Amino acid sequence: MNPMTPIISIANLTKTYASGQEALKAINLDIRKGEIFALLGPNGAGKTTLINIVCGIVTASTGTVSADGHDIVRDYRGARMKIGLVPQELHTDAFEKVIATVTFSRGLFGRAPNPAHIEKILRELSLWDKREAKVRTLSGGMKRRLMIAKALAHEPSILFLDEPSAGVDVELRRDMWAMVRSLRASGVTIILTTHYIEEAEDMADRIGVINKGELIVVEEKAALMKKLGKKEMTLNLQEPMAEIPPSLADWGLELKADGHELHYAFDASAANTGGGIALLLKRLAELGIGFKDLHTSQSSLEDIFVNLVRADADSQWGVRK
Amino acid sequence: MNAPRFNAYGVAAIYRFEMARFMRTIWQSLVTPVITTSLYFVVFGSAIGSRMSDVNGVPYAAFIVPGLIMMTVFTESIFNGSFGIYFPKFVGTIYELLSAPVSYVEVVLAYVGAAATKSVALGLVILATASLFVPIHILHVGWMIGFLVLISVTFSLFGFILGIWANSFEQLNIVPMLIMTPLTFLGGAFYSIDMLPPAWRTLTLFNPVVYLISGFRWSFFGTADVAVGLSFGMTLGFLAVCLAVVAVVFKTGYRLKN
Repeated sequence: MNPMTPIISIANLTKTYASGQEALKAINLDIRKGEIFALLGPNGAGKTTLINIVCGIVTASTGTVSADGHDIVRDYRGARMKIGLVPQELHTDAFEKVIATVTFSRGLFGRAPNPAHIEKILRELSLWDKREAKVRTLSGGMKRRLMIAKALAHEPSILFLDEPSAGVDVELRRDMWAMVRSLRASGVTIILTTHYIEEAEDMADRIGVINKGELIVVEEKAALMKKLGKKEMTLNLQEPMAEIPPSLADWGLELKADGHELHYAFDASAANTGGGIALLLKRLAELGIGFKDLHTSQSSLEDIFVNLVRADADSQWGVRK
Repeated sequence: MNAPRFNAYGVAAIYRFEMARFMRTIWQSLVTPVITTSLYFVVFGSAIGSRMSDVNGVPYAAFIVPGLIMMTVFTESIFNGSFGIYFPKFVGTIYELLSAPVSYVEVVLAYVGAAATKSVALGLVILATASLFVPIHILHVGWMIGFLVLISVTFSLFGFILGIWANSFEQLNIVPMLIMTPLTFLGGAFYSIDMLPPAWRTLTLFNPVVYLISGFRWSFFGTADVAVGLSFGMTLGFLAVCLAVVAVVFKTGYRLKN
């Protein structure tokens, strides 16, 4: 598997809706074969529009998309047979049986019947016991899993998950991510959208940030987390400090509130190891610097967007506009 | 694997899905038209029909049979054709159809094929019900089936277009109620247009339903209000118009895609 081979290639893609709303402005993006790509962005940024164009639900205004070498317009059959879509909303055929609706999806996507495959998917998604149940009797979480089963019924090599964790409880979310990882292990390329940076951080190989129809960042997760995943710890000191002792220089600390507060900013990867904070606190104790209170905060995706949008995207993040 | 040139599995999946919906509601689907037909026979066939003279040598109770079948075929074709595509639009499951490797021709073939199948089946059920009330002799069985299938397909297609156009259940109902019912009643379902005053007779010839009912009735009794060739031509013409409209709908993605 060549990690650099794009399985999806999006070039100069724009979308202006009939209402005049410019949903996408010249998107260029390559998705690599076998990766998990997370598309982050606030509501209305264009995430779903982008996915819907690739899947054939929305027609692009200009630009081209190819999926596994098939142009999505000229060779839509070839492209769509490779793609599975789990939309954001839970759209289901309420009166159908679970197994019937999944079998239907496989046929609709042009694949010969394969009950063994359907059984495998339903078992993996813990829906096999519910196979004879009417869809409307399922819980929300089961319906979400059913949507995934339908999307996987025709054995796609590309899977789109549009906000898969919206309205999903913690346990189900964990199961879902485990399944996504095992899909990736079997060679499926996964593109997901989310509001939550933690989720992207947990799952993705690469991350793209989209805002107001523009792709403002596309980076490897590790590099992006370093840039975006800032955390901050504030110590309320017992005694105000005039200046930071030289032995604390390694941490890049900052004094605020007339020397009453000590600020330590660190990235999320350092937070995961915990070494930065632990060592700092140990050193403070050695120096006899006492503190009354301590709190940490993490930059939210909203903060990050505000920063990204404010920033001169070209110079600060090194990306194409 | 390469994509097939014709997605037969896809067509079969949609067709089966639609037929399954029909089978789930088989009792409503069959009992309603059977009861309605029986009521028509009690009222028009027996109560009123016994006082009516023969129409072109055909007893009145038998004369209305083709018209009754056509009435149900119109209504059911439009309903099934429109509901099949409107419902996924309404509940949102249309996303799957739009993202599937199926061509427009395949989509139409599957939905319209399923709707027409139901209509033909219902038409035959009504014919069987009617034969319990009056002896029916069909002169041209081949033509009768031909007209039944052709008209079922045409109106299912018409319903399909309606289903794509409609944005609400009200809109879905308004065309059958406001247009089809009057056209059918004025289209000679219960009388021969020869019975009308000359001015009305001329006006009636602008009603396309007249040609459909007339042709279908000809296949039963060999007599018709208009020449059977003209009836057949009009039926094909209507089918062609519907096909042209559906082609435009899909080409532009009208009300389906943004």
